Amino acid sequence: MLECVPEGKTEHTTGKINPAKTCQPIGALYASLGIHGCLPHSHGSQGCCAYHRMHLTRHFRDQVLAASSSFTEGASVFGGASNLKTSIKNIFKIYNPDIIAVHTTCLSETIGDDIPNIIKQSEIPEGKIVIHTNTPSYVGSHITGFSNMCKSMVAYLAEAQGETKKEQVNVIPGFVNPGDMREMRRIVTALGVKLVMFPDTSGVLDAPLTSKYQMYPEGGTTIAEIRDSGNSEVTLALGAFASNAAADLLQEKCGVTGIPLKLPIGLKATDDFIMAVKDWFGADIPKEIAIERGQVIDTLIDTHFHYQGKTVAIFGDPDHVIAMTEFVITMGMVPKYVLTGTPGKEFEVTVTKMLDEAGITGSRVKAEGDLFDLHEWIREEKVDLMIGTTYGKYIARTEDIPLVRFGFPILDRAVHPLMPVVGYRGCLRLIEQISNALLERRDRDALDEDFELVL
Amino acid sequence: MDGMETTLEELYTQYPDTVKKNRKKHIVIKSAADESCPQIEANTRTIPGIISQRGCAYAGCKGVVVAPIKDMITITHGPVGCGYYSWGTRRNKARADSTTPKDKIYSQLCFTTDMQEPDIVFGGDKKLARMIDEIVAAFHPRGINICSTCPIGLIGDDIGAVAKAATERHGIQVLAYACEGYKGVSQSAGHHIANNNIMQNVIGKGNERKPGKHVINVLGEYNIGGDGWEQERILKDCGYTVNCVMTGDASYENIKNLHLADLNLVQCHRSINYIAEMMETKYGTPWLKVNFVGVEATNESLRQMAKCFSDPELEKQTGEVIARETARIEPALEQFRKICRGKKAFAFVGGSRSHHYQHLLKDLGMEVVVAGYEFAHRDDYEGRQVIPTIKSDADSKNIPELHLKPDEKRFREGNEYLNLSKEQFEALKKEVPLNYYEGMYPDMKNGDIMIDDCNHYELEELIKKLRPDLIFTGVRDKYIAEKMGIPAKQMHSYDYAGPYAGYNGAINFANDVAHTLTTPAWKMIVPPWERIEEPDTGKQEGASDA
Repeated sequence: MLECVPEGKTEHTTGKINPAKTCQPIGALYASLGIHGCLPHSHGSQGCCAYHRMHLTRHFRDQVLAASSSFTEGASVFGGASNLKTSIKNIFKIYNPDIIAVHTTCLSETIGDDIPNIIKQSEIPEGKIVIHTNTPSYVGSHITGFSNMCKSMVAYLAEAQGETKKEQVNVIPGFVNPGDMREMRRIVTALGVKLVMFPDTSGVLDAPLTSKYQMYPEGGTTIAEIRDSGNSEVTLALGAFASNAAADLLQEKCGVTGIPLKLPIGLKATDDFIMAVKDWFGADIPKEIAIERGQVIDTLIDTHFHYQGKTVAIFGDPDHVIAMTEFVITMGMVPKYVLTGTPGKEFEVTVTKMLDEAGITGSRVKAEGDLFDLHEWIREEKVDLMIGTTYGKYIARTEDIPLVRFGFPILDRAVHPLMPVVGYRGCLRLIEQISNALLERRDRDALDEDFELVL
Repeated sequence: MDGMETTLEELYTQYPDTVKKNRKKHIVIKSAADESCPQIEANTRTIPGIISQRGCAYAGCKGVVVAPIKDMITITHGPVGCGYYSWGTRRNKARADSTTPKDKIYSQLCFTTDMQEPDIVFGGDKKLARMIDEIVAAFHPRGINICSTCPIGLIGDDIGAVAKAATERHGIQVLAYACEGYKGVSQSAGHHIANNNIMQNVIGKGNERKPGKHVINVLGEYNIGGDGWEQERILKDCGYTVNCVMTGDASYENIKNLHLADLNLVQCHRSINYIAEMMETKYGTPWLKVNFVGVEATNESLRQMAKCFSDPELEKQTGEVIARETARIEPALEQFRKICRGKKAFAFVGGSRSHHYQHLLKDLGMEVVVAGYEFAHRDDYEGRQVIPTIKSDADSKNIPELHLKPDEKRFREGNEYLNLSKEQFEALKKEVPLNYYEGMYPDMKNGDIMIDDCNHYELEELIKKLRPDLIFTGVRDKYIAEKMGIPAKQMHSYDYAGPYAGYNGAINFANDVAHTLTTPAWKMIVPPWERIEEPDTGKQEGASDA
């Protein structure tokens, strides 16, 4: 496999080979699906929308609906205002969503379409809403697009109804699976605190099959809830890259205190998440949560010899990779290569600090990298395990390294969008996956005389 | 008949008037009263805001035609997304062969200039040129394709000039495809752009005819799930030498020699008919529309091919292959027919496949009641005789037409390619539809619906009204149908199985369809606590009542 990839160091300074990121609009589209009754709308050529729907559908194995302005060459020359106005009119008439969330594309951004102005000139039925965000594909990544749409939800919808705040917490969950969002909700609810989570794709992208079709499934954060986020006392922004921008705006616009946290993946990050809720609201930790944490500790002690000291390459989206790096350090593993495709020096700063604090030296950390970089590093010095997206499978096979699939996208395995990796239960799932991957490898490689029943 | 018209009228009521007026022209009910296919509107703009399944010119050019060429590196020039989404997602398989070693295959890699804001502002030509230099130094490919995405056309990067300079600098062919996503109205524009470039700049560059008595090309076969390999197996068995399967598992090396074959077979009419037609004009190569999807269809295609060469040995060998292969798979097919017989299906796939699969479904005793394409033209539905009557519009005019002339040195008459006398060739043309495609319409039944650029709303309504047993469509529609309780198979990627073409493909397909229909969960949708109240759940639960 990958016989064409050159041996040794090559000059690779320009463009990306095997990118570890994609473009902004898909992130905005995904975030929009987390609003109840929302039809995302892509303002550009229909190919963008087709690709985004395809890609999300492959990851979630569930319906992903979105409309497009379907630019032709004429619209590209004269601007897309009339396409967007026609779209808005047709969408409300034919598909009847509560809200349309428009995101731009590299095409409409290069033209410079003034979306707020076009929306103002559009026919919007009484009680219906159109919001927008700018998502130029030539800036940032899909995570930036997700972040921008979350920020636009605040900009358009969040309202503070006076000085007094409600005893409730906003959770901005980051670009995570619906299963993760469900789990976050369960944890906060278990602590007895009312929450507004937005966006929330649970119940949308993990909807049950009942044979009673709903174009807009029951899940998703309602518009009323997003409005009410302005009345919450505090916002937990989970993952700096995906969630901080919306939390910052909520603080600025509605005076809601923002607390930036990591994605609650791993023991420490879950501790931080739960402590943030406890400290702010004085919540009691229910026994079920305490038991779950204890089970994680128990499992870590029981299984440490499966993975401790092993070297690992972690790649994918920045918030996921940061949290996962922290967790594998907790597990006693050595993050040898840590890479994200999304630009942002703070990724390198955060990860390097974690490694320094853990006394780990000789690791490589890179933001705005690609999988060609990662492969070159691995060829220089191999690792015991890879943790990342499906795209890592070519390197994993070529270099004969086990791969634990983690993050977005996972295109070659199913069920993962429903199974949380956040919270203490998520820790158990990750420990199991990491452990099993290494044990499978040990079994595979063992001589007959070393092949053992009990491990 | 009336029922179907009423169904459609009900469907249209939700539409605003302008949309209704437009969409009505894209939908045709086959009627015994019509002597020929009524005109269907196709290859025109999608209405903004309509949830179409269509992709763009880039997807048609890079994704469909260009990227499968295994020994060329294809660079997507633009922001990261387009290259990323079209990376490894189309299942056009490739492997090493006599002309291409493993280290010259780039199919599993993705190359993109990853344009950033300053590149959009100041231009991306230099970045592209630098990336080409780095790629040549690191990979030493035989050739490079550059496919541009939407913003490139707007900012005015001259990819043609970059390609030309790189060709001179590196001594390998670097081809530039201006396939910005906004061009044309669908993937179709991109097919055309790719066909033009390959025709003008690659075909005819080689001079090595593969040894063999009857050398053929298979055009418009992308080797999804290994379809092309199954076709090659059968064709070799019959006695043909396959020069090139285009572009599934194709190599640049072989495409250069495309003009040295005796006959072009056309599998996907929409995406490759341009090259077939242009080769006919320039070199005189005859082409034959074939269909290797379906047992009877495969047999018929093989018989027609054999007739083309008027070679008794070839006809005999073809007959033997047909008899042997049909007999081999028939018992297994009969088992699957017990499950599939009588089932009604919708088919929305490809640039000929919604037509092709009707044959395979017929082999299994199933019938298609609604069929259509995302990006077809009128001739794909109505037949090529309508081409002179198709009006060009602002969108189609944006795609250049090459007006080729016969090549002075290399043009030969069609009969010479087939080693026939002129009289024999004329007689053959009466028997075998050379250089012609009849479209989907003749194979549909009265009362069936042909629908162009079917959108989400229409699909949802047609499913509700007609309750098909199975839907063959793309990944975007699959889960929608399934949420409605209707089994669905992805026919762009075969739900990651295949091959589905040829004899082995028929068995694979029948097996997969049978599994889709009978997977036990379909009967368990209604939870036990609801079954008492609603004992009769009808189709939703009885999708596999065979």
